[in-house]
Order: sequence, then C-alpha cells, then structure tokens
Amino acid sequence: MEHAGTVLTGFVALYIFMLAAFTGYEIIGRVPSILHTPLMSGSNFVHGIVVVGAIYATLNATSVLEQAIGFFGVLLGAGNAAGGYVVTERMLEMFKSSDKKPAGK
Amino acid sequence: MNAQLLIEVSALAASFLFIYGLKRMSSPVTARSGIVVAGYGMLVAVLASFLYTFGVAEAAKPHLTTNAIIAVVALLIGVGWAWRSGKTVEMTAMPQMVALYNGMGGGSAAAIAAMVLLAVPAEGASHGSLHYLVTVFGGLIGAVSLSGSLIAWAKLDGRINKTLRMTGIQAINGSIMLATIGIGLYIVFGAGGHAPAGVTVAFFALALIFGVMMTMPIGGADMPVVISLYNAFTGLAVGLEGYVLNNPALMIAGMVVGSAGTLLTLLMAKAMNRSVSNVIFSNFGAAGDEQQG
Repeated sequence: MEHAGTVLTGFVALYIFMLAAFTGYEIIGRVPSILHTPLMSGSNFVHGIVVVGAIYATLNATSVLEQAIGFFGVLLGAGNAAGGYVVTERMLEMFKSSDKKPAGK
Repeated sequence: MNAQLLIEVSALAASFLFIYGLKRMSSPVTARSGIVVAGYGMLVAVLASFLYTFGVAEAAKPHLTTNAIIAVVALLIGVGWAWRSGKTVEMTAMPQMVALYNGMGGGSAAAIAAMVLLAVPAEGASHGSLHYLVTVFGGLIGAVSLSGSLIAWAKLDGRINKTLRMTGIQAINGSIMLATIGIGLYIVFGAGGHAPAGVTVAFFALALIFGVMMTMPIGGADMPVVISLYNAFTGLAVGLEGYVLNNPALMIAGMVVGSAGTLLTLLMAKAMNRSVSNVIFSNFGAAGDEQQG
C-alpha cells in the first residue's frame, strides 16, 4: 500500500509518535476546566483526519468487499470530521459572550 | 510526481494547523478561532487526498472510477448528514453527539484496518509482522471505540436506560478480550496478515462486542469521562492506521489526540473526584451506588 513519497521506517515512526504525544500533552497541560468539554470535542474533530486515510484506502480498493468497507470508512470518517467541527464551533460560540458560563456539560 | 508533492505539503500544512488550532482552543480567549484554524487544516487535507487518484496501485487502476465515485458519494453523505445533525442538535444533547461522531471516527479507523487485512496480497508486496500487528491493534481499538461510543451515545440520549450489572461480568469481558487478542495474534503471526475473511470478520465482531460489554455497566453520570477515554482511543487508532498507510499527517493528528485525550480523561476524572479505573471498573464488582445521569 506504499505510495512513492514518504516511507517511514519503524524508528522514524516512533520518533513521530513520541514528539506528537508530547505535543498533545503540552497543549492540554494547563487548560482551565471549563474548556474540558470543548477541547474533547475539538480533539474529536482533529482525529476526523482519518477520513483521508479512508479515502486513500478506498481509492486503492480492488474488490467489491473492500469497496463496501471503504464506503463505510469514508462515510464514518466524514461524519467524524464534519460533525466534530460543527459541534465544537457551536460549543465555543458560547465563549463569545463576556461571562464565562460552563460550556455544555 | 507533482501530485505526490502537493499531497505531502498539504499534509504538513494540515498537521501544523491542527496543532496550532488545538493550542488556540486551550485558552478561553482564543478558543473560537482555534476550531476555525483546525477546520482549514482538515479542508486542505481532505481536498488534497483526492490527488491520491494519480498514484493508486496497479491492481486498483481498473476500479479507479468506481472507487472515486464511492469515495465522493460517501464523503458527501457523511458530511451532509453530520453537518445537519450537528447544527440542529440541542445544546444539552451535545455530549452524546460528540460520542457519536467519535465512534464514527473509530469505525473509520477500524474500516481501514479491515481493508488492509482483507486486501488480496499482491505478489512480492508482503509486509512484515510489525505492519500487521499495528494494523490489528489499531483496528481493535477503533472497533472498541466505535461500539463503546455508540453505547455511550445511546445511554446519554436516553435510548438505553438500564445499566447492565451482573456478577461475573468481569470474567466474561476478560474472556472476550482474550479471545479477541488471540484471534488478532493468529491473524498477524499465524496467517501472515491475510487470514480467511471469516476469521477477520470474527475478530472485528468480537472487538465490537467487547466495546459494548465494557460500556454497558457504566452509569450515565460517568459517561463524559468514558467519552473522553474513547476519544483518546480513536486518536490512537487513527495514529496507528496512519503508520500502516504511511501517512504522517494521520500519525501526528492521531497521536496528538491520543495523548491529549488521555490527559483530558485524567483531568475530567479528577474534577469528579474519581479515578479513571474507578469509573471503568467500579461497577464490575458490588458498587451500585451511582446515580443515573
């Protein structure tokens, strides 16, 4: 399933995972608790990037079974990305008003 | 190839925009612009992903038109449905919608794993055990996240009111998990990544059942913590499948969410004066003092 560009050997992958894990940890580290739910929703949106992987896999499908699974993969991933975005935006909308009431639950 | 370069550049841009967007979201003053920044990242990445049509594997070329149509139609339906449901949902019903969308992401990661495992191996293109081990592990976590999130959604939405509590559920769940892992290990080491379709289906079915069984005993009041945990699960699954597909953007975005989600889960549990293991395992034993939320 390789494409021509980046080819990640095991250790480069581990470096990427390690640095990304620290990044995630640092971003969330000192966040006020009213932002817990919007941030959960925001990070939920970010992993909607899975739809890109699903599109890639679907384009490379060679059988009807793979195409069927690919359809659901893209469908679900797209729902994750779009739904995550809309819901997060609506949650954060509440921070526009001056008083910081707790967002959602 | 220029198309390939364009994909790489947009993936890099998307990774930056995601991290920068999350960073902005972590402060109340800048939070609103954060999601917009991350949204641009997603738009760039998804649009660029269709450039993959220029670089598909030889075996997939005869199917390319059909595959592209499938991808576009699924994308439009998914975006259309989620956009509408997200816009119209009541403010109070948002946590369960987050659970639902999160479960969909887990399902998507599981679908990628299933496609890798069910693909007919091309001659001379066999991968090592590590490749399939990561695939199976990501698929397992994704599937658990899918069915677990669906149960969390159903509970918060009032569709499931009962909390399943019975003696011995811990042993049942434990054996389901062991069976799932056993089949997964067989797929990787016994069948070299390409087990008969029935075995692969059984693996995913068991993983889905495990997600249901793991979530059923947990009361509604604890669901936000559980949703956050599954959010981290999905992130991890996406990161692992990103490795399988050789896609750094998926690896970075998935892993950032995996670790941020884990920390967020711990923080949320702490805010409730609970530990995460207490939330997940407390109902396996005798403790039955929780309120339905």
